[in-house]
Amino acid sequence: MNRTLISYLLSFALLAASPLVLNRFWLEVLNSVGLYAILALSLNVILGNAGLYNMGHAAFYAVGAYCAAILNTQLDIPILWSLPICGLVAAAAGALVCRPIIHLRGDYLLIVTVGVGEILRIALVNDIFGLTGGPNGIFGIDRPFLFGYKIRKPHEFLYLIWGFVAMTVFLFYRLRNSRFGRALDYLREDEVAAEGSGINTGRTKLMAFAIGAAWAGMAGALYASKMTIISPESFTFWESVLIFIIVIIGGSGNITGVLLGAFLIIGLPEFLRAYVGEFANARMWFFGLAMMIMMIFRTQGILPPGPRFFRLPKAGKEVSS
Amino acid sequence: MDLVIKDLKVKYGNVEALHGINLRVEPREIVTILGANGAGKSTTLMAISGLVPACEGEILFNGMALHKMKPHQVVKTGVAQVPEGRRVFGTLTVAENLHLGAFTTRDAAKEIKTRDWIYELFPVLKERREQLAGTLSGGEQQMLAIGRALMADPKLLLLDEPSLGLAPLIIKRIFDTVRQINEAGVTVVLVEQNARAALKLAHRGYVLEVGNIVLEDQASTLLSNEDVQNAYLGGH
Repeated sequence: MNRTLISYLLSFALLAASPLVLNRFWLEVLNSVGLYAILALSLNVILGNAGLYNMGHAAFYAVGAYCAAILNTQLDIPILWSLPICGLVAAAAGALVCRPIIHLRGDYLLIVTVGVGEILRIALVNDIFGLTGGPNGIFGIDRPFLFGYKIRKPHEFLYLIWGFVAMTVFLFYRLRNSRFGRALDYLREDEVAAEGSGINTGRTKLMAFAIGAAWAGMAGALYASKMTIISPESFTFWESVLIFIIVIIGGSGNITGVLLGAFLIIGLPEFLRAYVGEFANARMWFFGLAMMIMMIFRTQGILPPGPRFFRLPKAGKEVSS
Repeated sequence: MDLVIKDLKVKYGNVEALHGINLRVEPREIVTILGANGAGKSTTLMAISGLVPACEGEILFNGMALHKMKPHQVVKTGVAQVPEGRRVFGTLTVAENLHLGAFTTRDAAKEIKTRDWIYELFPVLKERREQLAGTLSGGEQQMLAIGRALMADPKLLLLDEPSLGLAPLIIKRIFDTVRQINEAGVTVVLVEQNARAALKLAHRGYVLEVGNIVLEDQASTLLSNEDVQNAYLGGH
């Protein structure tokens, strides 16, 4: 635990110092990694902890982004104030969508979530309720204000986004070690045995979905204010796949693994683009190959969750081992 | 703390697995349900614990209508099931598996007391409490499954085929422990293919045949019943 904490603190300190040495391009890459890290961490609750295959996560991302954009452009609500609202709306969307399909398992659930993501994207393109601006999307979204200070430059966003990542890591770490986190573990391992031990499996799954969706929604709000313009193109099936891949490659269920996955999947192609020179055009090819090799030789991800250590109630007469 | 089942019918899709069975378990009793494969023994247990819905009829435990409850609510009424094939969490340790069993109790002191009792019943679980459950032998996993169910502090314990795939010596040890658990005040419903061992342990028994109860009597009477002997005890 202490070693993990120290490496986390070091990494975040490095990130905080990075504007001193990195140019705008790399700072933007880091921001992108940070946004995907939030998205992947939120999917990790659903996919990694609860074991529910969700390949429509971009839908909740979109709900949050559009919610923030509409609230901001129509009602002039500042982005950061709208964060909790976006989270709640996305959570409600997640719960609503999942209520009827929550009993589905594995691949069946996956196919339905793909469908949900596509339905939402097409609804956005068709300017649903006249609110979403159709294929052009919504533009003119405000930058976020923090304590009266306008966040605009890449390094300012770096602190905002990675601050949010840090908070997410802390909260999800706590969540994973809570009673609810334990319930998710049991649920993923054996649903019948979990149910037979008194876990309300339906409600627990729904909660996992709602929490994951809420966080994706807030990531969407941050994204909207960073880009100042959003359109359905940003929330395609490919986005869902990308988030899914980050969780699986990084090590589903492990927070550190998921963060590492975000760096690899989002950062590596940019790195290849910048440094491989004439091979730049082949970077997606390298990338795909690396993913295939990974899935053959290390199916559990780069950093799978280690054995779990729960704080169990101590008994007085337990022998020491 | 009695369990009363009235005209229980259970369907899997269009197939009726139980055609209206009646069954009664008195407090502190061990009742065994015997029958061949597909007779509906496991279905009966799963209907009690709510894992399959009752299509008609009633299941009353202590006056509470279990047939209207979800599985996690049934657990809270004091009914715990040891599912067939054990289903322990292989990637968690023995202690963590037991911790799960106490998911519904939030009283840590009580949890420790129950756990110490389980460690007394099955000392091997205490020895292996830091070991992953998946690395235990079949018999130890069965003990763990029973222990996990007991962690919920049940008044009624449902055991589904605890002897499945185990050596005779282990079966005897597990059945002896079931008797101990019963003597501590827990009512037991035992579903078994190993009819002889089950009847020796139980007070009363029911015989299920393709979804109907065809026989009901004291265990000792069933043991000497010629039909039962021919059908389930290998005959003579």
